[in-house]
Amino acid sequence: MCMELLSEDQQLIADSAAGFLRDGHGIAAFRALKEAGDDANSAILPELAEMGWMGIVIPEALGGLGLGYRAAGLIAEELGRNLTVSPFVSSAILAGTALASAGGEMAQNWARKIAIGDAVVTQAMDEAAKHRPERITTTVSAAAGALTLSGRKTFVVDGGIADRLIVTAKRGDDLCLVLVDPQAAGVKRASQVMLDHRNAGTVIFEEVPIAEADILAQGRAAEDVLAKTLSAGRAIAAAEQLGIAKAAAEQTYEYLRTRKQFGVLIGQFQALQHRAADLYCELAQVSSLIAAALNALDEDNAEVETLTRAAKAKMARVGRQATEEGVQMHGGIGMTDEMDLGLFMKRDRALTEFLGDAGYHTEWVLRQRGI
Amino acid sequence: MDIDIFRSETRAWLEANCPADMRTPMGEDDICWGGRKFEFRSPAQKQWLEVMAAKGWTVPAWPKAYGGGGLSGDEQKVLTEEMQRINARPPLQSFGIWMLGPALLQFGTEEQKRHYLPQIARGEIRWCQGYSEPGAGSDLAGLQTKGVDTGDHFEVTGQKIWTSYADKADWIFCLVRTEPDEKKHTGISFLLFDMESAGVSTKPIKLISGASPFCETFFDAVKVPKDQIVGARGQGWTIAKYLLTHEREMIGAADSALFAKSDLAEDAVSAIGLDDTGRLDDPMLRAEMGQFLVDEICFDAHLDMTGTYMRAGHELGARSAELKYLGTELNKRRQSLRVAAGGSDDLVWEGAANDGGQAAKDWLRSKANTIEGGTSEVMLSILSKAVLKLPG
Ligand SMILES: Cc1cc2nc3c(=O)[nH]c(=O)nc-3n(C[C@H](O)[C@H](O)[C@H](O)COP(=O)(O)OP(=O)(O)OC[C@H]3O[C@@H](n4cnc5c(N)ncnc54)[C@H](O)[C@@H]3O)c2cc1C
Ligand SMILES: Cc1cc2nc3c(=O)[nH]c(=O)nc-3n(C[C@H](O)[C@H](O)[C@H](O)COP(=O)(O)OP(=O)(O)OC[C@H]3O[C@@H](n4cnc5c(N)ncnc54)[C@H](O)[C@@H]3O)c2cc1C
Repeated sequence: MCMELLSEDQQLIADSAAGFLRDGHGIAAFRALKEAGDDANSAILPELAEMGWMGIVIPEALGGLGLGYRAAGLIAEELGRNLTVSPFVSSAILAGTALASAGGEMAQNWARKIAIGDAVVTQAMDEAAKHRPERITTTVSAAAGALTLSGRKTFVVDGGIADRLIVTAKRGDDLCLVLVDPQAAGVKRASQVMLDHRNAGTVIFEEVPIAEADILAQGRAAEDVLAKTLSAGRAIAAAEQLGIAKAAAEQTYEYLRTRKQFGVLIGQFQALQHRAADLYCELAQVSSLIAAALNALDEDNAEVETLTRAAKAKMARVGRQATEEGVQMHGGIGMTDEMDLGLFMKRDRALTEFLGDAGYHTEWVLRQRGI
Repeated sequence: MDIDIFRSETRAWLEANCPADMRTPMGEDDICWGGRKFEFRSPAQKQWLEVMAAKGWTVPAWPKAYGGGGLSGDEQKVLTEEMQRINARPPLQSFGIWMLGPALLQFGTEEQKRHYLPQIARGEIRWCQGYSEPGAGSDLAGLQTKGVDTGDHFEVTGQKIWTSYADKADWIFCLVRTEPDEKKHTGISFLLFDMESAGVSTKPIKLISGASPFCETFFDAVKVPKDQIVGARGQGWTIAKYLLTHEREMIGAADSALFAKSDLAEDAVSAIGLDDTGRLDDPMLRAEMGQFLVDEICFDAHLDMTGTYMRAGHELGARSAELKYLGTELNKRRQSLRVAAGGSDDLVWEGAANDGGQAAKDWLRSKANTIEGGTSEVMLSILSKAVLKLPG
C-alpha cells in the first residue's frame, strides 16, 4: 500500500515485527489480557527488550540498537495492527528519546535500563482533558534550600507500572523536565482502565522533594528535548494508528467480498465500493506522510515539526474514517464485541487524543502559515 | 557516473545554459508545447528548448537512441532538483511526452520508436488525444469511430469530442474500431495520423472558464497508412489503458508540478485580515483551510514517495487512479478556497484588474480536473476492482 521503498534492514524489522506479534501477541492475546483485567502487559517487556525494540531509537553507545524512528514506526504499525499492549510508545519512544537527547549521566543510565528492559519510564505532561503540553501549572519551587515538585498530571500512560516519570514543570519561567520516582513521598498515583483497555493515570505531586540532579534539562535545553520527544511520540503514535486503520480496512474489504445480501455480494454495491476505494486512497497517502515524518526525524531536518504534526492530524481523520466505515459496512455485526472492529475503534480513539488531536495540530499548521 | 559529479556538472551546465528569462514563475500561457504551429513567446523560450533537447533532457528518462537523456532514476532526481534550485521552467511539455511516448516505448516497433520519439523529444510534433466520443466517455470502450481496412490503409470515419488542443496539434493518437465483429474491448486499434490529412476537421468548444482548449474532431474517410498502427489490430484497448495510467499520473501530479502555487494563506490574510488573536478573521474558512493545508502536506509527501518509487523503475498501473483521484480532488478544494478568500475581488472576470480574473478562471478550470482523463467515480471503481478486488 505504501509506495515507500524500505531498506533491507527496515524490511527485516517489519517482517520480524509482523511475525512475532501475530504469533504470540495478536488480537487473541489482547482479548485474553482484557478478560484478565491486565491493562499494562508488563510481561511482554523482556521479550521486546530481547529483540532490541526497547532500545530501537536509543543509540548503540547507550545499549540501544540505534536503528532510528523509521524502523520504530514499522514496529509501531504492527503493534497497532495486532492491538498489542506494551510500554513501547511510552518507554522506548517517549522516554527513550527524552533521556537520550537530554544527556547527562543519570539520563544515560536510565536510557540503558530502558533499552535492556530493566525499567519502564514514562512521561507526565498533560494537565487537563486535552493535550496542551505548553500549559503547565506544575512547579518546581525552592523552600528553605530544598527543591520540591507540586502539581497534577493526567493521561499518564503506563504511569501505573513506571519506575520513573519524566514530569514537565515550570521553575520560574523556565521549563524543566524532572525525573521522579513514583514511589517517592508525596506522589499519589491513580491508574484507570481506559476505553482501549489500557492503563493511564492521574498522578498528583504534593511537595515531592527532588534534587537538582533530578532535573534532566531546564530552559532552552528542556524545550529542545521536549520538542524532539513530542515529535517522535506523535509520529510513532500515528504509525500505530496507521496499523489499526489498515487492519480495520482490510477486515472490511474482506467482509465486502464475502457477505451476501439481496442475493449478491455486498462488495458489488457501488455505494460501498467507492467509499472503500476512497478509504484506500486516504490510507495510501497518510502512509507516505507518516513515513516522511519518521524519515525527517531520522535526518533531524527542518521539516520534522511540520511533518510530524501534519501526520498526527491527518491520521486522526483517516483513523476515524477507517474504523467508522469499518463498523458501518459490517452492519449490525460490526457493533458486536466479537468482531475486532470495535476494539480498533476504541484504540484509534485513544491514540487520537494521545499527544494531540487533529484540531490541535491543524491549529499549529495554520499559525505556522501566519493565519 | 558518481552521482555527486553528475550533480556538480549538471548544476554548472544549467547555470551556463538556462536563460535568465526561463527562471521565473510561469503561467499556463508560458508553457512551451512545441509543434509545427507553435509560436515561441520569446527567443529565450526557443533557445531553452533547443539546448535541453540537444542534451536529451526534455525527456531525461528516455533512452538516448530515441532522443532522451538515458538518465538513471537517481540522475533524474538530481536533474529535477537542480532545475528546481534555479526555478528553471520545464523546457517542453506535451501529450507526446506524458502519454504517447511511454506507450510507444512499451508497444511501438523499433521503426516507430526511432521515427516518432525523437520528434516528440525535440518538440517538433505536437500530439492530441482522440479517445472520447459523444457516446463514449467513461464507457470509452464503447467508441464507434470506424477504421475500415481498404487494403493499403485504414479509412477512418467518425467523431471525437473533448479533443484537447486538436486545433493546435500536428498529429493525433486515436482509438478506432477496426474489428466490428469482435467484442467491445477487442475490436479497437490504436492509430497515429497527421491532423492535416484530408478529411480531418475540428471545431472548438468553449469552456465555462472562457477558454477554448478543446474541440469536436471529425473524420471523413481519412486515409491512414497501415504502418501507422501501434501494436496489433484489436490490441488498441490494452495500449489505450496503459497510456491512461501515464495520463493519470500526470494529471494527479500536475498542480503541484506545473504551476507555481499561489500562497493561499498570504492571499487570505491580505483579503480578509487577522483578528485580535492573530487568526484569520473568518473562522469557518480558516478551519477549512487548516484541513486543506494538512491534506496538501500529506499529498505532497505521497507524491514525493511515489516519484521515488517510479524512478526506481516501478510502474504505478491501476494505482495511477489513486494519484489522479487524490490530486484532482485536492486541487478543486485549493481553487475553491482561493476564490472564497478572494471574495468579490475574485469575481473579476475581464480587464486589467486582479490579473484579468485569473483566480476565477482557474477555479472554473479546476472543475474539469475530476472529469478529464477519467472521472473520480471511474477512478474509484477502478481501484475497488483492480486493487481492492471487490466483486462485480
Ligand atoms: C444496536 C442494534 C439493535 C438492533 N435491534 C434490532 C431488533 O430489535 N430487531 C431486529 O429485527 N433487528 C435489530 N437490529 C438489526 C438491524 O436492523 C440490522 O443490523 C440492519 O438492518 C442491517 O442489517 P445487517 O446487520 O444484516 O447488515 P447488512 O445488510 O449485511 O449490511 C452490511 C453493509 O452493507 C450495506 N448494504 C446492504 N445492502 C446494500 C445495498 N443494496 N446497497 C448498498 N449498501 C448495502 C449496509 O448499508 C451495510 O453497510 C439491530 C441492530 C443493531 C446494531
Ligand atoms: C478539460 C477536459 C479535457 C479533455 N481532454 C480530452 C482529450 O484530449 N481527449 C479525449 O479523448 N478526451 C478528453 N476529455 C474527455 C474526458 O476524458 C471525458 O469527459 C471523461 O472521460 C468523462 O466522459 P463524459 O464526459 O462522457 O462523461 P460521462 O461518462 O457521461 O459521465 C457523466 C457522469 O456519470 C458518471 N459515471 C459514468 N459512468 C459511471 C459508472 N460506471 N459509475 C459511476 N459513475 C459513472 C461520471 O463519473 C460523471 O460524473 C477531456 C475532458 C475535459 C473536461
